[in-house]
Amino acid sequence: MIIAHWLRISLLALLLLLAGRALAQANLEINTPAIGALQRSMQERHAQLSPLFTSGAVGLTRDGSVAVRDANAVPLAQRAQVNGLVAAENQDRAALYREIAQANKRPEWETDIRGTFAQRWIDRAQGGWYYQNASGAWTRK
Amino acid sequence: MRRSGLSIITAIFGACSLGACVTINIYFPAAAAERAADRIIEEVWQLKPEAGKPQSSKPASQ
Repeated sequence: MIIAHWLRISLLALLLLLAGRALAQANLEINTPAIGALQRSMQERHAQLSPLFTSGAVGLTRDGSVAVRDANAVPLAQRAQVNGLVAAENQDRAALYREIAQANKRPEWETDIRGTFAQRWIDRAQGGWYYQNASGAWTRK
Repeated sequence: MRRSGLSIITAIFGACSLGACVTINIYFPAAAAERAADRIIEEVWQLKPEAGKPQSSKPASQ
């Protein structure tokens, strides 16, 4: 009798645990003012970065950042501006990964989030853009 | 006798659930992170949601 009772309780607890796991898998919190502001900032910058991706001057790194790949693809007079764009973009990206981890109250997830983004930036990149493959070599998509 | 049997079961069960909680907290939700990344990338790069992956928020223009 008591055993049956405990079995029932254990089963219920197991179900609750599974439900909790499913819930944890549901969605990450990304709707915070900080994340929204970073998104807008990066979206505005993309208008300037997009032609640089297309020309191959700038590429996507394997760690979820961007980097100058071929400075010669940019006229000398504009190189400083491109470096500034790349630095600003990487600052926003680092802040984005950190903010998502913090918004979900899991600061230790930051590296995993960066890794996920690194893969998705590359997966969603346009054909012709450059990215770093797993060994760090620049590859044309 | 019955009492001590019960508390042993309780102790084992308690330890198991505690372990399960710790496991859940450490676990990184890779699929959820991927969806979150896609939503942000679509916003930043102004892309349409990938086919087969229905997105909620707003219909992609362009």
